[in-house]
Amino acid sequence: MQRFIIIRVFHSVLALFAVSIIIFGLARISGDPVAMMLPIEATDADFARVRAAWGLDKPLHIQYATYVGNIFQGNFGESIKWKGQDALSLVLQRFPATLELSVFALVISAVIGLPIGVIVAVKKDTGVDLAGKIVALLGQSMPSFWLGLMLMWVFAVQFGLLPTSGRGTFKHLILPAVALGYFQVAAVMRLTRSSMLEVLDTEFVKLARIKGISENMVVWKHCLRNALIAPLTYFGLIMGGFLTGSVVTETVFGWPGIGLLAIDAVRARDFQVVQSVVILFAAIFILSNLVVDILYAYLDPRIRYTH
Amino acid sequence: MAMTQNEIVLEVNDLRTYIFNRTSTVKAVDGISFFLRKGETLGIVGESGCGKTMTALSLLRLVPKPAGRIVGGEIRLNGEDLLQKNEDEMRQVRGRQISMILQDPQTSLNPVFNIGNQLIEALGVARKDNRKGMVARAVDALRNVNVAAPERRLEDFPHQMSGGMKQRVVGAIAISCEPSVIIADEPTTALDVTIQLQYLRLLKDIQAKTGLGIIFITHDFGVVARMCDRVAVMYAGRIVEQGTCRNLFNSPSHPYTQALIASVPKLEERVDRLYSIEGQPPLLSNLPVGCRFEPRCPHAKERCLAEYPPSFTIESGHSADCWRLDAAW
Amino acid sequence: MANIAIPRKLPAYRVPGWRQVREQARRYPLVPLAIILLVLVIPAIFANVIAPHSPTVGSLSNRLQPPIGSGAEVIDGIVFSEGGTWAHPLGTDKQGRDILSRIIYGARVSLTVASISIIIAGIIGTTLGLIAGYFGGNIDHLIMRLVDIALSIPGILLALVLAVALGPSFQTVIIVIVVVFWSRYARLVRGETLAIKSQDFINRARVAGASNFRIITRHVFPNVVNTIIVLATLEVGQVILLEASLSFLGAGLPKPTPAWGLMVADGRELIVGSWWVAFFPGIAILLAVLSMNLMGDWLRDKLDPKLRNV
Repeated sequence: MQRFIIIRVFHSVLALFAVSIIIFGLARISGDPVAMMLPIEATDADFARVRAAWGLDKPLHIQYATYVGNIFQGNFGESIKWKGQDALSLVLQRFPATLELSVFALVISAVIGLPIGVIVAVKKDTGVDLAGKIVALLGQSMPSFWLGLMLMWVFAVQFGLLPTSGRGTFKHLILPAVALGYFQVAAVMRLTRSSMLEVLDTEFVKLARIKGISENMVVWKHCLRNALIAPLTYFGLIMGGFLTGSVVTETVFGWPGIGLLAIDAVRARDFQVVQSVVILFAAIFILSNLVVDILYAYLDPRIRYTH
Repeated sequence: MAMTQNEIVLEVNDLRTYIFNRTSTVKAVDGISFFLRKGETLGIVGESGCGKTMTALSLLRLVPKPAGRIVGGEIRLNGEDLLQKNEDEMRQVRGRQISMILQDPQTSLNPVFNIGNQLIEALGVARKDNRKGMVARAVDALRNVNVAAPERRLEDFPHQMSGGMKQRVVGAIAISCEPSVIIADEPTTALDVTIQLQYLRLLKDIQAKTGLGIIFITHDFGVVARMCDRVAVMYAGRIVEQGTCRNLFNSPSHPYTQALIASVPKLEERVDRLYSIEGQPPLLSNLPVGCRFEPRCPHAKERCLAEYPPSFTIESGHSADCWRLDAAW
Repeated sequence: MANIAIPRKLPAYRVPGWRQVREQARRYPLVPLAIILLVLVIPAIFANVIAPHSPTVGSLSNRLQPPIGSGAEVIDGIVFSEGGTWAHPLGTDKQGRDILSRIIYGARVSLTVASISIIIAGIIGTTLGLIAGYFGGNIDHLIMRLVDIALSIPGILLALVLAVALGPSFQTVIIVIVVVFWSRYARLVRGETLAIKSQDFINRARVAGASNFRIITRHVFPNVVNTIIVLATLEVGQVILLEASLSFLGAGLPKPTPAWGLMVADGRELIVGSWWVAFFPGIAILLAVLSMNLMGDWLRDKLDPKLRNV
């Protein structure tokens, strides 16, 4: 188990480095990186200052070392659009909003997706199953930004039940979270269904029934814990998916989180802020994958001993 | 009825279990009748796909839903018809009065729970005991099936055990609540030969101690001879011949039984090639009107093609479904 | 024994009825196929013939015309909108451009982006997968590590960085999609190659003196083609979705390209008064992705059932 964790941590660190190299490279492919770090009206003195801070007059490998060093110290550079503000603190200010949205969307996808997945598996080949299939298929084919807009049109514009955009009350949270969570509800449901079906067909489920255990216990105790392994590995990916998905959803609903910040930064070509968002999101994404792998090993005793 | 060794614990009459697919109806069990006495072992023998396992699942009312359905007959266990019971009542019967050992010990135990948990669960269904008492009973159950150091085994997960050990744990779960009937569905196919023998001996020992009735499902006539008191031979969803072990080995009356017995390899005889039955059994979704063995039968006549034979009694307790036994043949 | 098989009963011949015809029809994915042709392929190829108007030029006098079926809107005697006309069946956008025509041209955009990026990603991924699986060892290790890394980079974020660094453009979109999607081919093809490599006919080819290149191209590759086709089909829908999202965010195709995602983005601020601007392009995306997904599922079941969990 320990060895397994160490290897996985090592892989994660490697992935993070790769992300940093990509961003580092991109900033240089497009020409003078300093030009990207500073606004158009910057003076020569500004150029000299930034050049020195990031070691840009030195060879590439030293530039990279400086860059990584700066990042490790939390120095992601200064924002162009939001003058003089530290890029990282800009991102961190927005973090709670995005977290709130993601967590609520995750709750929606788990609380709806898992039980429905179990139910459609138990009711395989009935009308319930068919309805589930259609919902899942639609979920995986529908662009979430469009769904968001349509939800907004129906619930906010036509019926005036919920606010169209912004953050504040719980009512503000509902539409964005549903739009963000729906795609994942479908995915979680499909995944839970297929792994439940696999488990329902096993001998140990037959044995559990032979023992005279109630069908509820068979499904929710014996099957679910086995069937959960697949959806749980997926929840890590979901968390990552939410973070990237939040870019889209926040744009639709004007939700003042990191995603909206990133888009505003992209429109203003504010490289430092975009870079901070990407590195932070990638780190969370990679970290959640790591957590999931460890959780997975914990849930399935077989993995603990083989690794 | 007096409590004697001859008391009938299970009686099945004209049981029919069909599986309704989108395009066809599979008559997996198509009108079978048999009985089982206390302390007796009944072998159900037949090729794979003849409806043996579906028979076993029907007895527990665990036919795969929604396609499978018991469409007729009665199953009398200790005098009560199981087909009249609702699902809740049926749960009280399962494990407690009738239990089953599945084919494959490797997959019969839930990989994410330890042995103790799974045993106690089986016990917990039957009796409302306190936790400590249950642990003690679980240890007893393991000891009954000759598991060494049972106290320490409770914490083990299935993947930490050998195949033979797992099979014994499965056995322990099945007998832990002292059911009156246990169905063993080819319980040894997944084990190697020495462990098979050990396991069969263990089952017989437990039977001698508790008066358990065993229904032993197998395709192997060799095992039948070793294990069973009486035998029912199944072919294409029907029991074509039943009787005591001696009846069947000494005077097999259905051509299918004869063929099966001829196909058992005998150590003492040198045979050039093993006897095998030509042809395939009919599809259970498309059964002939007449005798189901007719297309493969060396003795078949017009009549066999036209009509399914009734059951002819050869002597008391020995009967077979074959027109050759009719006086008018 | 004379063993002349004479069937005693001949199966009765039945004239195929409606049920048989329906069964036959069920064996082909007629509905998804029809949608793919109707929504994607035909508009993409014949856009300039079918589209009633120009996708990029509109007239401001025609701004925000509602679609067919919506009635005139008159408040206090002032005509706010005259209701839909057949001139613009799906209405017009803020610049008076015909939405139907833009959707039709949008099919061309989506299909072009999807096919180009999937072909490039497929070639890169397949090549690396073949190399990794066939040669094994360090090179396999290196490639698989790259795959792991690629899989852990979120696509939309990468697109944002690229959009800032290179500016939103057709090339940017292709690069992002390729970077996100190549790894899936590599992983799958590597797995298949490993399985094929251990089979006899590969050893025989090797004994016969075939070069590695020849073995890979003539023996291994033909055996993974099915897998690649299935994966590619399954991914068309996802690529269309990703491209639409990127364009919606302003990090994908630049304006005024008639890209479906951009059209929905145009409709965002108009959602209160002119729902149709966002609605119809979204339906186009939904239909295209849905039908490609159904098609992919069907192909997978036909060609390569072991891909079930992909």
